[in-house]
Amino acid sequence: MSEATQTAGGVVPPAVEGIRLAKAFGGVQAVDSATFSARPGEVHALVGENGAGKSTLIKLLGGRLRPDAGEVRAAGRKVELHGADDAHALGIWTVFQELTLLPWMTVAENLLIRREPRGRLGLIDRDRMVGEADRVLTWLGIDHIDPRALIEDLSLAQRQMVEIARVIIQDPSTLLLDEPTSSLGEKEVAWLFELIQGLRADGKCIIFTSHRWNEITSIADRITIFRNGAEVGTFTEIDEDRAVTLMTGRQLEAFYPQPPARAHDRAVLEVEELAGEGLRNASLTLHASEILGVGGLAGHGHRELFFSLFGAQAHSGRIVVDGRPARIRSPRDAARLGMALVPEDRKTEGLLLPLSVRANLTLAVLPAVSSLGLIGGARERGLAQGMVDALKIRTPGLGNPVRQLSGGNQQKVLLGRWLLADSRILLLYDVTRGVDVATKHEIYELMMRLAGEGRALLYYSSDAEELAHLCHRVLVMREGRIAAELSAPGITAEDIVTAAVRESRAAD
Amino acid sequence: MPPIDTPAVPPDPTAAAGGRRPRRGKVTHFLGQNVGLVLALVMLVAAIVLYCAVYWAETQSLPGNFELTSTVNNTMPLVLAAIGQSFVVLTRGLDLSIGGTMDLANALAAVHIHDSPGSMVLWSVIVLAIGAGLGLVNGLLVGVGRLQPILATLATLSIYQGIAIKVLPQPGGSIPPVYTSVLVNPFQPYALLYVLLVALVWYAFRRSRIGVAIFAIGNDEQSARANGIDTVRARVTSFTLSGLFAGAAGLFLAATATAGDATTGNGFTLTSIVACVLGGMNLFGGRGSGIGVIAGAFVTTMIVNILFFSNIDPLYQSFYEGLFLVVAVVLSTAIGRFLRRSR
Repeated sequence: MSEATQTAGGVVPPAVEGIRLAKAFGGVQAVDSATFSARPGEVHALVGENGAGKSTLIKLLGGRLRPDAGEVRAAGRKVELHGADDAHALGIWTVFQELTLLPWMTVAENLLIRREPRGRLGLIDRDRMVGEADRVLTWLGIDHIDPRALIEDLSLAQRQMVEIARVIIQDPSTLLLDEPTSSLGEKEVAWLFELIQGLRADGKCIIFTSHRWNEITSIADRITIFRNGAEVGTFTEIDEDRAVTLMTGRQLEAFYPQPPARAHDRAVLEVEELAGEGLRNASLTLHASEILGVGGLAGHGHRELFFSLFGAQAHSGRIVVDGRPARIRSPRDAARLGMALVPEDRKTEGLLLPLSVRANLTLAVLPAVSSLGLIGGARERGLAQGMVDALKIRTPGLGNPVRQLSGGNQQKVLLGRWLLADSRILLLYDVTRGVDVATKHEIYELMMRLAGEGRALLYYSSDAEELAHLCHRVLVMREGRIAAELSAPGITAEDIVTAAVRESRAAD
Repeated sequence: MPPIDTPAVPPDPTAAAGGRRPRRGKVTHFLGQNVGLVLALVMLVAAIVLYCAVYWAETQSLPGNFELTSTVNNTMPLVLAAIGQSFVVLTRGLDLSIGGTMDLANALAAVHIHDSPGSMVLWSVIVLAIGAGLGLVNGLLVGVGRLQPILATLATLSIYQGIAIKVLPQPGGSIPPVYTSVLVNPFQPYALLYVLLVALVWYAFRRSRIGVAIFAIGNDEQSARANGIDTVRARVTSFTLSGLFAGAAGLFLAATATAGDATTGNGFTLTSIVACVLGGMNLFGGRGSGIGVIAGAFVTTMIVNILFFSNIDPLYQSFYEGLFLVVAVVLSTAIGRFLRRSR
């Protein structure tokens, strides 16, 4: 089903199309007979849960993957894309979620790689290269980025902007962006959207994926929803509830589960006057079977609070665990006291990506699964399988490397490891960030179950809505201290945000 | 591809109004981004000062033309071997076969180079070509055969050494004096010209397409590929260059010794890595300067000279060499880390 646009000048074929595309990885059908089409001069959003096949579709259209079946068309003609270069020749360029910048080379070298200006003897003229890069950065309105700076010295947002700039200067007729805003702040998103609007006005076709609904509706002309590797429908206008229903096949109302009633009032973790880098005299008490939320604007000491409690950051102050004063100077100390940290950045903190799901799950309980100093056997498999079932970790098998799992499932593996180690104080740091809707829901349910079992949860989320619905109490942090405490029932996201920005009476 | 200065999108109006942020200077950037090179040069100065000091203590005079000439001549083989090694180190690999290639080059030179201009030029070219060919074999094993660099070159090291022994079973043969005086003139430090030449080659390499590709592999191989760089070809080229330079190093080694020995090259496998490390070359690839590596090669030689003049018992020489190296590497790593952090 090919579609075309009727214009004054005649019929304009779609800029890029995928017709009944299919692609499988191992046993998983990532894209399953998906049909998609985008026109010149439109911004087209692709939405769906993680694993719905958006990224794979982008790679198929961008020439990075070859379809098992179906065809790709560009400007109405069937094309065979054997690699990125083939797509580039057709004016189809992609900005990937995983950045492809070279960290120890300069911004200028990265921007102009393989098209550096050459001087005498055909050698690269570095000064001219820096000059050209500077012009590009200025033209794109991001001249706060120094062309001579190394990529590794840039912030994540700046790197993403360089990555985008690099593709823009290739003058793409079709631009594919896979989650371009996930590492951008508000200002940078505004910059990107202005850029996209300029490209649209110029008749280019822009296709992007995002998890942020308000961004999608603010810029997209059309929205295509993906589920289970195929399109569910394409819309010019659709409200969030209906979109979520289509993405998940579930209603939005029943989205947040009720936190369980608190059975105990026993304090398991008492923190007094915790101070350190980014932290100024934060005090809190966490009870058994309590979900204690921590909220506030980003960068006000949440990360520092969690990492200090887990012994991963130097701190001063008093910490009492189960009524006994505790010294936590390393994650090892914290783990021994029954504490566990699940951070948001799964790759760098905690998981051994090349190792199997089983090895990652049982890492903290090796003595229990070893006999005569050797790890393994039925007991290890049994424990790991039990956790995979209990947490609904979606993996082809226990022996598959964790790297192959989706983000949300990697998250669950890490949580599973600590549960096997019988951790009773769980520090969950923004665990639902970037996780798709269905997995988010599973994580919520899991949190409720864990609290019901008597474990204590300290839960930071950048999403105030989550905190409002899931927690017994919410602490709002500002400038490294606890600025407000809100108690359920009746907490709203607005309350949390208001407390986060309000001048605190306690100060001064 | 359109030229960059024809915008496809209207420029952002706010950019012109907002005004640009001040840029840091070229030199500031260079120093901040080439801490390894700067440290290598500092280390070289320190080694020269120390050398002069122990020389003075021993002879009550300063080293002169003779010492300069012999130091440069003795360091030339290592300079070449280390630069060769650095091409591979940049791609995050190691070339252990450098010693074997040097042995074979050395043996071939001693057997075949005779006292006629034709033979000297012809056999120099042949030996360099063979060196590049041996490097190409390494490159194909690693790049196309997907063997680990250490594994592949460990195997070829033995093979190349074996062939060298076959060519020259006993130390012997001879190098015409004219050949020696052209490469490593024993009376005047003309070999400094070759050092300069190597530096120029590096300068060109750093600004060439293949140079960018080799640096890119060491930065992040996947990203390099995503940028359209032919990573296999770049890797094969890095090993080929390494072999070529190892061949040249073997010729210089033969010229210094004025005779051939199919085993003297062995030590260069490790000392070339040492010179790379002292020169600030990152062993994980993607970062480093050939100029630093040249300085690192000189520091490596000067350490031996300093120990000689300090009247160290020759039996303990390698002990002190090792000690010196550990201290130098630990110090430079610590200082480098400190500088990067305070940047």
